Amino acid sequence: MKEIKNLVDLTVTEAVEVLSSGQISSRELTEAYLERISEHERDIHAFITTTPDLALKMADGADTKRLKATKENENIPPLLGLPLAIKDVLCVEGVRATCGSKILEQFTPPFNATVVENLLNAGVVVLGKTNTDEFAMGSSTENSAYGVTHNPWNKERVPGGSSGGSAAAVAAKFSPAALGTDTGGSVRQPASFCGVTGIKPTYGRVSRYGLIAYGSSLDSAGVLARTTEDVEIIFRLMAGYDERDATSIDAPVADAVCRDGADVKGLRIGVPKEYFIEGIQPEVAQSVRTAVETFRDLGAEIIDISLPHTEYALPVYYLIAPAEASANLARFDGVRYGLRASDENMLKMYTESRGAGFGPEVKRRIMLGTYALSAGYYDAYYGQAQKVRTLIKSDFENVFSKVDVIAAPVAPTTAFKIGGHGDDPLAMYLEDVFTLPANLAGIPGLAFPTGFDSDGLPIGMQLMGKQFDEPTLFKLGYVFQQHTDWHQRTPHL
Amino acid sequence: MSLTLQEVEHIALLARLELSTEEKRLYQQQLSDILDHVAQLQKLNTGDISPSSSVLPPRSRLRADTAKEGLAPDQMLLNAPDVEENQFKVPPVLE
Repeated sequence: MKEIKNLVDLTVTEAVEVLSSGQISSRELTEAYLERISEHERDIHAFITTTPDLALKMADGADTKRLKATKENENIPPLLGLPLAIKDVLCVEGVRATCGSKILEQFTPPFNATVVENLLNAGVVVLGKTNTDEFAMGSSTENSAYGVTHNPWNKERVPGGSSGGSAAAVAAKFSPAALGTDTGGSVRQPASFCGVTGIKPTYGRVSRYGLIAYGSSLDSAGVLARTTEDVEIIFRLMAGYDERDATSIDAPVADAVCRDGADVKGLRIGVPKEYFIEGIQPEVAQSVRTAVETFRDLGAEIIDISLPHTEYALPVYYLIAPAEASANLARFDGVRYGLRASDENMLKMYTESRGAGFGPEVKRRIMLGTYALSAGYYDAYYGQAQKVRTLIKSDFENVFSKVDVIAAPVAPTTAFKIGGHGDDPLAMYLEDVFTLPANLAGIPGLAFPTGFDSDGLPIGMQLMGKQFDEPTLFKLGYVFQQHTDWHQRTPHL
Repeated sequence: MSLTLQEVEHIALLARLELSTEEKRLYQQQLSDILDHVAQLQKLNTGDISPSSSVLPPRSRLRADTAKEGLAPDQMLLNAPDVEENQFKVPPVLE
């Protein structure tokens, strides 16, 4: 029997192992995380809502279930008793879901998101709901109405966003893994800023039911954890067809590839010149290039490629996502849920509830999207953006006839200072320049750490794959992490 | 591209957003800047390119038309700001 280190140091894989062997109970593991949260949450603020009572109740339930199932020789759910943090835009029945917004301060969903339901069936214990930019609109969690999350590596820095609370929770060892969502980079960029591993799945691979919508053609629920193997385990259990999401794809979830003997020999990795542009932090480019060389040493073939429409991804995204947001967020009208600020008449109920409930970035995007969709401007803005989106998609299709995956930096810089972008929305939007294309093309992206800059901040690489080819991404991430130890470094809180 | 204050007010009304005078001025400037930035898309010739309606291959899949258990009325009304006789209550629509 292996000696157990500090419980919060366990990876998902290790935690599942010691829970299954009976070496520890879910209650012990859950208490260890709750204790760590109560000790350090004040400095990090990874959560909007913690659910200690629910967590302990679920942990006891898991322990009872394991005893009974063992005695009666029944199937034991694969993650039984494993604690998990969940981004506050994913619905958990009976637990407040704010989306980082004042407009949903009192909203308690009466149902589970399908990805949450799938993981509850797999046996997870809910530790709480993590901080996020309001309605997932942002790259730093500074747009949360509940205060900013601090990067565990340097508390004056942002954790990235919008799933910054989830990334910080994993990096700070508040949870072995966390769920996030990614509309333009919101899993990958915070994973990179916090030195953890994160997947944005193929559009349609995981259900969007119960993911409070931002940009419906771009939104995808994802996972953050400390290793690729951990991310794969959770991803495989949350993925799959869901008849409650019309864009969900009915295709089997591929077998796990993170296992002994996995190798990357012969895989073709494309390196796009458009992702190593002027303005990128030199240490970031260098670290990613070094990681590419590691793959070459491991037997992969490295090929220079071009994705010529990359520069247009930012303007395309910042028309399509706000357009979809302006339609999606029309549901917050003060009638069925959320804040109602006035009862005077219908118009005032709408305008005052929304004016008081939404924060500055959400209002900005609703305004932008409404304008892009309004009479006289639709063709010039939204219509043109959807056509250029087709060109961006074609870039990827062309390249994927020559390579298996694409390697690039996750973001142009490491974590920036809290308040560093002041009140300049365009500067903030530029943070997403390397992550937006995967959402526009609906392809998967895996982010993982490849080094640190001279300030001691993590640097991340992303691998982008063909639609539904998460396994190749996982295989590469797994093999890389078998040969490097960047992912094992953790911050001192 | 510069938006006028009247245009900002028109968009805010379409979006059903109450904005303060400062917010209107701020968004007038910021939205103008963002629209300047996205205007680079206009220079691309997209004459015969079709717009992306979905990133996935086109398909049509309908679920079986069978009745299922849904949320109960009290669950549906759980988060309502105002309720009367098991219904969402709103201010008068016609005055």
